[in-house]
Amino acid sequence: MIPAAFAYARPTTIDEALQAVASGGEDVKIMAGGQSLIPVMRLRLAAPETVVDLTKVAELRGVRDDGDAIVIGAMTTHSDVISDPLIAQHAPLIAEATETVADRQVRHRGTFGGALAHADPAGDLPAVALALDAEFVIAGLGGRRTVPAAEFFVDYLTTALAEGELLVEIRIPKLPGTWGMHYEKFNRVAQAWSIVAVAALVRTEGGRIAEARIGLTNMGPTPLRASGVEAALVDVEATAESVAAAAEHAAEGTSPSSDLNGQADYREHLAKVLTRRAVTVAAGL
Amino acid sequence: MTLVEEPVAAQAPEAEIGKARLRKEDARLITGKTTWTDNMVLPGMLHLAVVRSPVAHAKITNVDLTAAQQAPGVIAVYSGRDFADEQGSIPCAWPVTPDMVNPGHPSVAVEEVNHVGEAVAVIVARSKTAAQDAVELVDIDYDPLPVVLDMEKAVGQDAHLCHDHIDSNESFNFVFDAGEAGTGGNTEQAFADAEVVVSRRFVQQRVIPAFMEPRSVVVQPQGDNYTMWAATQIPHILRVMLAMITGVPEHKLRVIAPDVGGGFGGKLQVTPEEVICMLVARRLGKPVKWTETRSESLMSAHHGRDQIQYIDIASDREGNVKGLRCRILADMGAYLRLVSPGVPVLGAFMFVGIYKFPAYRFDCRGIFTNKVPTDAYRGAGRPEATFAIERIMDELAVELDMDPLELRRKNWIKAEEFPFTTAAGLEYDSGDYEQATQQALELLGYDELRAEQRRRRESNDPVQLGIGFSTFTEMCGLAPSRVLGSLAYGAGGWENASIRMLPTGKVEVVTGSTPHGQGHETAWSQLVADSLGVPFEDVEVLHGDTAISPRGLDTYGSRSLVVGGAAVMKAADKVVAKARRVAAHLLEASEEDLDFSGGSFSVRGTPGTGLSIQEIALATFAAHNFPDGMEPSIDAEATFDPVNFSFPHGTHLCAMEVDTETGMVKIRKYACVDDVGIVVNPLIVEGQVHGGLAQGIAQALYEEAVYDADGNLTTGTFVDYLVPSAADLPHFDTGNTVHAAPGNPIGAKGVGEAGCIASTPAVVNAALDAVRHLGVSDILMPLTPERVWRAIHQGGDGGDRATAGTNAYGGAQTETTAGVSTDASSLGGDR
Repeated sequence: MIPAAFAYARPTTIDEALQAVASGGEDVKIMAGGQSLIPVMRLRLAAPETVVDLTKVAELRGVRDDGDAIVIGAMTTHSDVISDPLIAQHAPLIAEATETVADRQVRHRGTFGGALAHADPAGDLPAVALALDAEFVIAGLGGRRTVPAAEFFVDYLTTALAEGELLVEIRIPKLPGTWGMHYEKFNRVAQAWSIVAVAALVRTEGGRIAEARIGLTNMGPTPLRASGVEAALVDVEATAESVAAAAEHAAEGTSPSSDLNGQADYREHLAKVLTRRAVTVAAGL
Repeated sequence: MTLVEEPVAAQAPEAEIGKARLRKEDARLITGKTTWTDNMVLPGMLHLAVVRSPVAHAKITNVDLTAAQQAPGVIAVYSGRDFADEQGSIPCAWPVTPDMVNPGHPSVAVEEVNHVGEAVAVIVARSKTAAQDAVELVDIDYDPLPVVLDMEKAVGQDAHLCHDHIDSNESFNFVFDAGEAGTGGNTEQAFADAEVVVSRRFVQQRVIPAFMEPRSVVVQPQGDNYTMWAATQIPHILRVMLAMITGVPEHKLRVIAPDVGGGFGGKLQVTPEEVICMLVARRLGKPVKWTETRSESLMSAHHGRDQIQYIDIASDREGNVKGLRCRILADMGAYLRLVSPGVPVLGAFMFVGIYKFPAYRFDCRGIFTNKVPTDAYRGAGRPEATFAIERIMDELAVELDMDPLELRRKNWIKAEEFPFTTAAGLEYDSGDYEQATQQALELLGYDELRAEQRRRRESNDPVQLGIGFSTFTEMCGLAPSRVLGSLAYGAGGWENASIRMLPTGKVEVVTGSTPHGQGHETAWSQLVADSLGVPFEDVEVLHGDTAISPRGLDTYGSRSLVVGGAAVMKAADKVVAKARRVAAHLLEASEEDLDFSGGSFSVRGTPGTGLSIQEIALATFAAHNFPDGMEPSIDAEATFDPVNFSFPHGTHLCAMEVDTETGMVKIRKYACVDDVGIVVNPLIVEGQVHGGLAQGIAQALYEEAVYDADGNLTTGTFVDYLVPSAADLPHFDTGNTVHAAPGNPIGAKGVGEAGCIASTPAVVNAALDAVRHLGVSDILMPLTPERVWRAIHQGGDGGDRATAGTNAYGGAQTETTAGVSTDASSLGGDR
């Protein structure tokens, strides 16, 4: 449980961080809390040449109101996310899902941006960001660019972040209208990763479901939108039957893995049950 | 010396036995302000790292240590070949049959590796980091052999062999037949005559002890003496065994178990790493330390359980049991360790449970596979047996369409029938199964839950409810030495204690029963405080160092209080007897006229006379005025060898909710009433019950050591090997009945394993009770949601799990944690 030797940089600004990444050699890892990186380094699954620790980059922390969106700094810790009033007001789904992440100790060190950039398919926050149509603000030495959630998650543990780039903040668009949200997580012990989980946002209008957005956790190498369910939930009566019928589409287009926690067909089944439950709660049924 | 006059009518000192004392040792253990083995730092100490096999079965064709030897900070690198002439074999102290096959267990593999994680080379370096860095530089070529993983295949036709120098995969075949032993009738006849026979195949999955403190060893050579510090349960046994393995004379070897952070049987072992540390320290003449990582621990420390049980039960139509037949395949893993074969054999005597079987036969085959060896794990043989009998009783009840509790009641030993000799030949000492059961039913709120269960069934609720029973007993207090002898165990089962009365009246108690977290210091202090009438705070308990506590057999098998505590009581009696003689001399009275109460001797009928035992300790130190011919000491030593085991029993009830849509199970309520005899410290007993329940429930619901088809342990980290936390467990409603054990002076029966033994079948029975009406009759442990869902919706027992570890955080498995670099070391993304 001793990592291979590595160089360590602890910048205090984004610019310093970008410089540190650029000059860190062949294999640089950015540490944004270290709750996943340190274990894989201790197991020597990863042996980076340089670790750039963002802990001291104060400008990457905190949540602010930016008009039509709230903006979450990439280094905002999970525990700060859980208690943040702006998130509670505009995107309580994030807080609800974050409360299920690992344990209290991990939530005090782990960060929102770190979890998203790590892009663990069993992690809870990528599917939530996807369902919320979050935008990812990425800084490089050449400037900044913004990537929508639908394009950010590329593959297993792989994102649109290019070498030398840094995820600096995540923009969560404010949602007009009446939205209900729920994160339905399924795991075996409290601190474990999701076997499958479903993030549901439902907009209701006078007893009808106007639209829904469904994010799926761990149903493939990346988080997914359950587009079949979403299509079935456009302007329908908010009844148990319509929700159940829509949820039957939850596994369409997914490619879940088979592992100790469940084989693919079981995960597909879970996705349907959990989608039904998540939408039911989000729709206030 | 002044004789202080004290009012005779003062209130009697409060009895310590029965008091829920907070544990003396907790402050230092909980805050970590103590010396664990890994905290030891000695001048010039070198650090070891063990290179482990990444393959399950192979011939070693080439070993190249050159690059590792040249690495910075590395002092030496050894392969198995370097130790071949001096490492001997890890000992197996329990040859359960005269013809048991022991293939031999080198500490470092020489020619062949037989499980993933087996030691193949050792790095010695100036720092732990340097040692670890050099692990990847050792280059070993393996010529793969077929892997033997499945016991049923291993005993089949044309099976591949785990060890090619022996002619099968069977180590032993141990048979206990009640008819032959004269403890019951003819089992085959009983089955031939039976009106009803139920047969089932149960699987006791392989689990990992997962103690909190990883194993750690420090060895310091000084001249021709060696001192070893080890995170072990058994410093005394370890000393004897290491002397025999390494040839270092026993009197030149001192073994110290400082505070040890849990064991659960997992540190009841003579480990390869302990031998390696001795050999390296001897060769280099330098102190050395080895501390394992968690993933090393999971893959190379011994595992537990792992049996396939074919159980047949015979009865008449009214539910009177007529016979029990158990055929067991017990997985030894690749080698025999200290008591590997003895674990299933201990169970042989418990399969009949609390029931009056007229006939019984037990037939167990120990099987080699290419997995890490199995050995003691909390309960050791008895959980396996209890699971089988409590599961088959439920199956028989279903077959007979009887209430499972009524079936049990019809067949269990009645309170007035104690002592009762079972078909397995054990004499159960005391108890009242009906009383414990009634109390447990009330604690659970049985009738209400049964009513709710009916409602849920009738309404076809997606969440179904079930109630499971486990009316269990177990044998504790290992052990009567002559019984162990009759079972060919290599040692006795006595325990030793001594008491030293210090001049200031303080008391040192030396126990041979070395704790690893149980609270001996507190409980022993309570025993001595009562026996000698001294304040609890005035007692210090010393243990765990063969130089301080020279005689002992350590802690396992719920033996410490029952055997070790009894030795303390015997020693205290001797101290009082000696002190009485001194008191008689000082008080100028005859010994027969002295009363001893509350720590003081007084002359019967003469108020105002009094001499405390603590004052006598000072008088003994001075020895100015001492009885003629008496040596100036009131210290005493005692060794206690029980004549019988003790038999805790209890009724455990689990109410379980099963979500039929997802297969998720959730314990709604858990109630248990245990009879552990006289309780010395209710707080410690409650803690032991809680911890035992957690582990027993964990076997039912969470834990399983899973190997893939190549023999890699895929549950190689705590990401995949699920140990539950408090958040995952229900509130426990616990109670006690008290029937004193007649076999020891305390009347205690032992509690360390009870919860772990009893709970597993209660949990599984509860889940099955919830879904049996849906056509489910068995679900493999652990009851993962997937298995429960499949059993409900696809039939069968839930089937095998996919063996791949989860991909969360990179998918660490033994393939990648055996210290071998892989392609996976380039994961993308920020973490």
